[in-house]
Amino acid sequence: MKNSIIYFLFIGATVLVSGNYACTISSPNKQGENLYLANCATCHGDNGEGLRNLYPPLADADYLKLHRSELSCIIKNGMTHPIVVNGKNFHMPMPAADKLNAVEIHNILNYICNSWDNEMEYFTPKEVESQLKKCQ
Amino acid sequence: MKYCFLFITALLFTFSCVDPDKVVYDENARLPILGERAFVNGDTVYHTAPDFNFINQDSINITPDLFANRPYIVDYFFTTCPTICPRVKAEEIRVFDHFEKNPTLGFLSVSIDAGKDKVYKLKDYADKLGVGTPRWHFVTGDEDHIYDIANDFFHIAQKDPDAPGGFDHDGRLILIDKNKNIRAFCDGTDPKAVDIFIKDVEKLLREK
Repeated sequence: MKNSIIYFLFIGATVLVSGNYACTISSPNKQGENLYLANCATCHGDNGEGLRNLYPPLADADYLKLHRSELSCIIKNGMTHPIVVNGKNFHMPMPAADKLNAVEIHNILNYICNSWDNEMEYFTPKEVESQLKKCQ
Repeated sequence: MKYCFLFITALLFTFSCVDPDKVVYDENARLPILGERAFVNGDTVYHTAPDFNFINQDSINITPDLFANRPYIVDYFFTTCPTICPRVKAEEIRVFDHFEKNPTLGFLSVSIDAGKDKVYKLKDYADKLGVGTPRWHFVTGDEDHIYDIANDFFHIAQKDPDAPGGFDHDGRLILIDKNKNIRAFCDGTDPKAVDIFIKDVEKLLREK
């Protein structure tokens, strides 16, 4: 009897521990998420919601699909011109994140473009590198 | 017997940790008066918010008279701040919306970038956030004046070419009561701290 109680306790503990572990690795792009939170989230929000009419949303944002080929350079060099996102005008300048390398930008893009109702084809490292070579 | 001992040890471990999220907020304790105090002729003289002279986003001169006999919240920011300001503003909007039905509570956002944050920029910033007068004033003024009084507002503000955006400052929200005493503050970048701050403001508004 005692043994069976210990057995069940052991199984229970194993399930709990493995469950927690599964949660920590469930995000397919952990580095992208961490880099996003460190470099982008203060303005664009932890869930890509943006801030009213000041900072544009990234969640379910048409701009990402319409400007796919420019996204790497926007992250790298920032942006100063006005843009339209989901029908709304935004013109707050975006600072450059010039300390990020191509791999990091690649991971951030794949995180943004496949989170919060965005469903875009994954970026390949080559695609990001070739975009960065053509930055103006 | 051995398992019984193990079980008790496990129980002790479980209950020995106090979860900081579950610390109960004392609704009845009066908010303290913060800051240094002096004793003059047997009376206690409390720290008060400094006098100020600013221009708001509607080009109107703003002095403490605007907040005479009513509480207000103060923060230091600048419109092109790339680091903490957006988070603080998002949280401050939450406080603003929470007290929507309480027009006596004022908001004062002081720009520390007098060079760039002209009146029209402040106006544009407030409009884009969907907030503004008569409850929320985004102000600028004489640069030295802004830095000189920061300390008395419990704020840190200074130019620093090495800091992101060119300025060092903090993201605190400060609560000032109708007698100009500072009664509460919080880290405006931390949603949990702001939750408690909202309770502090509610408590102050209930004071007679």
